[in-house]
Amino acid sequence: MSDEITLDIRDLRIDVAETGNDIVDEVTLRIPRGQVLGLVGESGSGKTTVGLAVLGHARKGVAIAGGSIDINGHSLLAREAKELRSMRGSLVTYVPQDPSSSLNPALRIGTQILEVLEHHGFGRNQRERHERVEEVMAEVALPGVPEFLRRYPHQLSGGQQQRVGLAMAFACRPAVIVLDEPTTGLDVSTQSHVLATVRDLCHQHGVAALYVTHDLAVVANLADRVAVMYAGRIVEQGPTKDIFERAQHPYTRHLTAAAPDINSDEPVVGLRGRAPAPGKRPGGCSFALRCELATPECSASFPTEREVGNAHQVRCHHAGQPQHLTAVAPPALLRREGDDVALRISAVNAGYSGLQVVHDVSFDVPRGQCVALVGESGSGKTTLTRSVGGLHREWTGEILLEGTALEQSARDRPTAQRLSIQYVFQNPYSSLHPRRTVGESVGRPLRVAGASAREADLAAAEMLERVSLTAAYAHRYPDQLSGGERQRVAIARALVCKPSVLVCDEVTSALDVLVQAAVVELLVGLQRDLGLSMLFVTHNLPLVRSLAQQVVVLADGKVVEAGPTEQVLTRPEQAYTQRLLADTPSIAAALAGG
Amino acid sequence: MGILKLVLRRLALGVLTLFVVSLAVFLLSQALPSDPARAVLGREATEENVAAFRAQYGLDQPMITQYTTWIKGLLQGEPGVSYSNGQPIMDFLGDRIQNSLFLMFMGSLISIPLSLVIGSYAALRRDKAFDNANSVSSLILAAMPEFVLGAFLVVLFATNVWNIFPATIRIRPGEPPWSDMKGMILPLMTLTLAVTPYVSRVVRASMIEVLESDYVEMGRLKGLPERTVLWRHAMPNAIGPTFQVIALNVAYMAGGVVVVESLFNFPGIGLAMRDAVRDVNIPVVQFLAMFISFIYVVTNLAADIGTILVTPRLRTRLK
Amino acid sequence: MTAIDTPSAAPVESRRPDGPFRVALRMWRTRIGIVLLLLLVSIALFGPYFAPYGEQEFVGQPNTRHVPGTLLGTDYFGQDVVSRALYGGRSILILAVTSTALALAFGIAIGLVAAYNRGRLDDVLMRTMDISLAFPQLLLALVALTTIGPEPWLIVAIVAITTTPRIARITRGAAVPVVERDFVGAAEALGESRPRILWSELLPNVSGPLLVEANLRLTYSVGLIASLGFLGFATRVNAADWGLMVNENRIALSVQPWGTVLPAIAIALLTVGTGLIADGLSRASAGIDRAKGDQ
Repeated sequence: MSDEITLDIRDLRIDVAETGNDIVDEVTLRIPRGQVLGLVGESGSGKTTVGLAVLGHARKGVAIAGGSIDINGHSLLAREAKELRSMRGSLVTYVPQDPSSSLNPALRIGTQILEVLEHHGFGRNQRERHERVEEVMAEVALPGVPEFLRRYPHQLSGGQQQRVGLAMAFACRPAVIVLDEPTTGLDVSTQSHVLATVRDLCHQHGVAALYVTHDLAVVANLADRVAVMYAGRIVEQGPTKDIFERAQHPYTRHLTAAAPDINSDEPVVGLRGRAPAPGKRPGGCSFALRCELATPECSASFPTEREVGNAHQVRCHHAGQPQHLTAVAPPALLRREGDDVALRISAVNAGYSGLQVVHDVSFDVPRGQCVALVGESGSGKTTLTRSVGGLHREWTGEILLEGTALEQSARDRPTAQRLSIQYVFQNPYSSLHPRRTVGESVGRPLRVAGASAREADLAAAEMLERVSLTAAYAHRYPDQLSGGERQRVAIARALVCKPSVLVCDEVTSALDVLVQAAVVELLVGLQRDLGLSMLFVTHNLPLVRSLAQQVVVLADGKVVEAGPTEQVLTRPEQAYTQRLLADTPSIAAALAGG
Repeated sequence: MGILKLVLRRLALGVLTLFVVSLAVFLLSQALPSDPARAVLGREATEENVAAFRAQYGLDQPMITQYTTWIKGLLQGEPGVSYSNGQPIMDFLGDRIQNSLFLMFMGSLISIPLSLVIGSYAALRRDKAFDNANSVSSLILAAMPEFVLGAFLVVLFATNVWNIFPATIRIRPGEPPWSDMKGMILPLMTLTLAVTPYVSRVVRASMIEVLESDYVEMGRLKGLPERTVLWRHAMPNAIGPTFQVIALNVAYMAGGVVVVESLFNFPGIGLAMRDAVRDVNIPVVQFLAMFISFIYVVTNLAADIGTILVTPRLRTRLK
Repeated sequence: MTAIDTPSAAPVESRRPDGPFRVALRMWRTRIGIVLLLLLVSIALFGPYFAPYGEQEFVGQPNTRHVPGTLLGTDYFGQDVVSRALYGGRSILILAVTSTALALAFGIAIGLVAAYNRGRLDDVLMRTMDISLAFPQLLLALVALTTIGPEPWLIVAIVAITTTPRIARITRGAAVPVVERDFVGAAEALGESRPRILWSELLPNVSGPLLVEANLRLTYSVGLIASLGFLGFATRVNAADWGLMVNENRIALSVQPWGTVLPAIAIALLTVGTGLIADGLSRASAGIDRAKGDQ
């Protein structure tokens, strides 16, 4: 590993232009040639803002206020627009999160790659430029033939689009490349290919990479060093192995404890609350409000940086002190004899206007157990789940709830049945009526069932306490709540009628990893206390270990494999499952492999 | 392949629309509580005159026959005979059609580029002085009905404040519409001021959406010069909606032409329409209504096709 | 046990999220609009009680600027310009408000039903609406007026019928994203009836764009009906009708501008008033949507 520092960021400060509130502050990072630094943080930590700043760019309303950014000794910040433009795209490049919206829909992809070369004066003539385009297309495993280059972005798949983004970024052989969560929205196999491509290209061309992400498993497998950001500051950074195995900052420890890992049988540990937004950050450590090690010293001043190991720095007054990070273990797998099944799905086929997406699916949800339904996007799991909930009508087969068959549409089902199987949705920002109070939303199912307003209010208050929100929340409106809180409200609403089956449709997918783990803990607790039977639908395979006793794997609308969680995840029998597991990045595997 | 089917589908929809409109127009004009013959000839008309009138205009035939005869006539370019003077309609409307088309053409020539420039500039300098001033003045101009706008212009420029332009236009029958350009100024100004605020607002919104898009940001992050970002990345995506804008423009004018022509005594189809309605001249009313609808439908169709051609995503649909 | 539970930031006074109306009221343009609207509506409705002379009362030589006993002189028929202006707004206003209200009722219903049902019903409804959009409102009104004449009920009917599709279109456009939001799905899963869902889940959440559209349509309806008056199709002959008055007094513009200018100003102020309110509401809703989208 060469010592030559390619990207040198010192004391970077970025503010909200109008108010002067800091979005990020005191950010210091160094990336040597050919290395990958993973910049990890949850939403609102400021990591994307830092990524854009490395290109000298700030979004509307945001201003770079101080510090320095040097690439190969050239300062980036005190530049005229023209100089900055010549550096972008050639010296430092960017791979955005969503390729489908960042590729120009009106231009052919060949043109979009070529123009980077043209505008940075690469090559002596057009032929040389075309050769470079072919070369770089081969590097990202895409055909460099004219027919393909003449395509428009909408004619490519998500994975192909992202590779075109990579090709554009590597075309001029930059010194630094910033990647902003480039594998979001891609399925696991495509993600693994894209990550391999990034790793190979960086090593091959000696590019220093800043990889911005919230996904710890990806970082463990790809990055040489990791920097952890919280509320706009870097709280810990060091070699990847050190960060995962010997984390010193309480937040980092929480992150690693909350990140689901396919190869670990430890359940995830959550943490409630949220990071303070710009302008609402206290003078001292921003994490103190959520930290169990917090003392008055922490709120007084922000800790200075300390070396705690080889190239490992941390900013904490209590670095290294032991914490309680005990997980809530899911109920054990129960061996049930006979047919004590809460929900039975039997030979179900479902589709949309003639196009079939679910083929002959059968499985059971035994009473008191949680069954995880796992599938990538397009596997048909959402259609199946909505059919179970009665929100989708085009299905055939049999779905038995407590032994009684369900009608296709929720409207045709008797009230008692409807209230006995409840549904929680993925998007916390759209599952609550914006103009109703939390109390009204939670109590509504009871009102539909015929209860009076008073009864409903009482039941709602009780339920809110159960999901660890106080009864005071009943008078608030959804826009005053965080994502995690809204999901708890949605869960409370689902449970207020004491259903026998709870269907959770990707309920944690829109949440940050700490909050996600906290919600999982909540569900585990509720399952145990209320004897709930649950159908937990997700694409996040590593997560199911913390929650489900049984797993059903769905692909292309068919059940590929099903069985107890431990068995399916450690000794899978089907090739699809094996490949899925192999492609899923794992922290434990990365650390073991060194 | 794909494009052809899309175009044909739009075409079919256009024809269907015209058909439905023709039915509506026909039925509406048959809704007369009293006899058209009496309405035209007056109360003192004798039974014989009424009968003769009815025979002459085919009013004694069953409705379906009247309808089909009319449609056939329209398609053949013979839309019938006027009630008031017994002349074939095309004879004396031909000139007027020419005049109105000239007015609309000149109006579009001014207002379309004007809307594009104003809208784009307001988008580029968003929330700054020009944008704010434009937004307030657009609001005021767009809210007022055209005849009020025109009346103010007349007061301002023709009769009371200043005396620069004539208050009415003077085109004698048989003369080309450009024979009184000075008189055209106020009508054109009215049309332009009536239409431009709407259209420039649409242009502005579309430009802003494009300028704030991810791919424009990406262009900047690739280090492309601002000019390239604007012309190569932003413009092609902003052009699609522009076709709709142009169609909107023409459509508004087709709607506003009746009022503007009445205000300035412009010998066009708008004025003819007003007179025909007053005189219960049903064939003329029917014809003019169909004609204006036709303009509407054709411009919308052209705009749709233009949008499809210019948007790769629509052009290359694999279905 | 996991770390300290932190319920979200300190006890907040729970207020209902500000609807677009309340946000819009804070803008100066909305306030000006409301003032203008109230002023002109008062003049239109109550003007006749304050008019110094009768609607068709002869007070002096026609088209004369300075006539003793009048403020602004006489019109083409020798009637008091100011009095006529005080009488001239009522019919326009009543017709415009009635037709817009009817169009709102039908248009919103159609739009919501189309948005919620998607599929076949949506297609059919919207295509029907589209076809009626293929025709300028004024022209359709003229065609209808040809045979029946300028009866108030006809004017209301035509304006309502041609305005309904426009409102339906906007309603549907605003409702479709709401239909896809999960709280509607939650209501469905509970088995709430369709009308109930349209009324309590959809309608409150499209109020922003609908308020804007309602105001725009009112603006346009006033303009339309005044234009019909201008073209000579007012509901009563020699009635005091602002549109008609603008036309009738045009000939005398050079010597007695007020016969035309006064009613023109009245129409302008009324339409600009409602237009400003619509603009304020539109900015308010856009602001609200943007704030929500930042999640």
